[in-house]
Amino acid sequence: MGNTSSMLTQYDIEEVQSHCQDLFEQQEILLSLYQRFCQLDRNFAMNPLSLRLLKMVDGLNFKDFVAFLSAFSAKASLKQKVKLIFQVYDSDCNGKVSFKDIIEVLRDLSGSFMSDEQREQVLSQVLNEAGYTNDSFLTLEDFIKVFGSCKPEMDVEIPVD
Amino acid sequence: MSSTEGKMVTSRSELELDHPNIEDYLPSGSSINEPRGKLRLRDLLDISPTLTEAAGAIVDDSFTRCFKSNPPEPWNWNIYLFPLWCCGVVVRYCLLFPLRCITLAFGWFIFLSTFIPVHSLLKGQDRLRKKIERVLVEMICSFFVASWTGVVRYHGPRPSIRPKQVYVANHTSMIDFIVLEQMTAFAVIMQKHPGWVGLLQSTILESVGCIWFNRSEAKDREIVARKLRNHVQGTDNNPLLIFPEGTCVNNNYTVMFKKGAFELDCTVCPIAIKYNKIFVDAFWNSRKQSFTMHLLQLMTSWAVVCEVWYLEPQTIRPGETAIEFAERVRDMISHRAGLKKVPWDGYLKYSRPSSKHSERKQQSFAESILARLEDK
Repeated sequence: MGNTSSMLTQYDIEEVQSHCQDLFEQQEILLSLYQRFCQLDRNFAMNPLSLRLLKMVDGLNFKDFVAFLSAFSAKASLKQKVKLIFQVYDSDCNGKVSFKDIIEVLRDLSGSFMSDEQREQVLSQVLNEAGYTNDSFLTLEDFIKVFGSCKPEMDVEIPVD
Repeated sequence: MSSTEGKMVTSRSELELDHPNIEDYLPSGSSINEPRGKLRLRDLLDISPTLTEAAGAIVDDSFTRCFKSNPPEPWNWNIYLFPLWCCGVVVRYCLLFPLRCITLAFGWFIFLSTFIPVHSLLKGQDRLRKKIERVLVEMICSFFVASWTGVVRYHGPRPSIRPKQVYVANHTSMIDFIVLEQMTAFAVIMQKHPGWVGLLQSTILESVGCIWFNRSEAKDREIVARKLRNHVQGTDNNPLLIFPEGTCVNNNYTVMFKKGAFELDCTVCPIAIKYNKIFVDAFWNSRKQSFTMHLLQLMTSWAVVCEVWYLEPQTIRPGETAIEFAERVRDMISHRAGLKKVPWDGYLKYSRPSSKHSERKQQSFAESILARLEDK
C-alpha cells in the first residue's frame, strides 16, 4: 500500500489493523480515518501543540498514520500512551529526551507568556526534585517511571458517519 | 418515504441567523480541572490534554457533521416502485396538504377570534387572562402539530409550574418548541426572527412570557442572563425552556451545551426529543431552507413522528462546575434519545479558530505553572 492510494481494499484494511495491533478494530473507523488522511489540512492553529503533532504525522503513509493514532484509542495501554508522549518530546528521534527537548515543548506550550529564564528555572527545579539533573537524558523507561501507574487521559473517539 | 427537496433561499438574513459561532464552542481557558498542589515533573511532562485536543482536530472536524442533513435514500428507482411513489405524491399533495391547510386555517381562526378579545378585554385581570392565553397557545400548537399529522409520544411526568426550575432540551428545528408547547405552555428564550415568524413571536409568544436576545450584541449576554434569572425566580411565570445547544442540530448528534442555562441556580429538568426519520427528516437546516419552506415540506410529508422524554430533574452537585453539569445533562439527553455526543473539541470547516485560541491556552498554561511554582 503506497502513500496515496485512492481506494482501500479489504487486504489493505486488514494490514492496517494488524499494524496498529488491532487497537482500532472496526472497519468503519479505519474507513473514516482514511477519508481524513486524504484531506488532512496542512495548516491549523488549533492549539500550541498542533503544529508539532502535524509535523510528526506529515509524510507518514496511512498504515503508519493509523499506528501513530492508535495510542489515542481507549484500549491503548499506559505504555503505549506514554510512548507517544515520549515521541513528541524526542523530536530528533534518538531515543533520549534532553533538557533542551523539554524546554522546546515548554516553549510551545507557554509561548510568550513565560520567559526563557522562567522556563529553565521551573524545569531545573522539578527535575532536581525528581532526582535528575539538568544534564540527564530521559529515556522511555524514565518517562514510564515518572508517569507511574496513572494512565494519562488521552482518548480520542473517532466518529463514524 | 422520499420527501420533497428543500428549495433555495428566499431570505438570506433569515438563514444566517442560525450560523453557529465556533468561538462559542471552543473550550476557553483550560479544558481540564485545574490541578492543585506542588508542581511535579509529571505535571510538566504530561501534555496529554493538549495533545488529545490536537489529535482530535486531526481525526475529525466533527463540527460540520452535526449540521449535515443526510438526504434519504431514494427508494422509487425502479419500474414497480415508481408508480407507487407517484400515487404517494398525489395523495400527499392533493389530498393531505389541502386538508392540513384547512385544519390549520381553522385552528388560526378559532385562536385569533378568542385570543384578540381576551388579550384586549381582560387587560385588568392578569391571572385569568394569562390562564386563558396559556390554554389558547397550547391549542394552536396542537393544531400546528395536527397539520403535519404529528404523532408525538410523551414519556415521563409532565412539567409543572414551579419556581426555580428550568427545562432544557436538544434542538432539531423550531418545531421542537411547538411539539413541546402543545403539552405545556413554556416560556422560551429565542432569537428574534424577521418576517411572519417575528410577528408571531412578538404578539403571541409575548403572552407566554418569552425572552428575546440578539446574537450580534456583545453586551446582550449579560442583559439576557439577568432576564433569565428574574424569570426563573418568579412564581407565576410559565416554566422556562432553553435549548442549550444554541442552534439546530441534525438529530443524530448533540453539540456541546452552552453553560448559560446551568448557572441559574435552580434545578434543571432535561427533555430529550427524537424524531423518527422514516417519515420525515425534521432537521431544519437553516442554511438551506427558510422556515416557511421547512413547514411546507413537513406539511407535504406523511407524518412527523417523534418521541419526547421528560427526564429526572437534576441539580448541580457540590464541587461541580457549570460546564461539567451541562455535560452531565447532555449525557442524559443523548443517552435517552440515542444521539451521539460530538467530542467537544470540534473544529469548524468554514472558519478556522484564530490564533487567539492557541494563545489563550498558552497563557493559562503559563499562569498555572507559575502560580504552582509560588506555593511550595
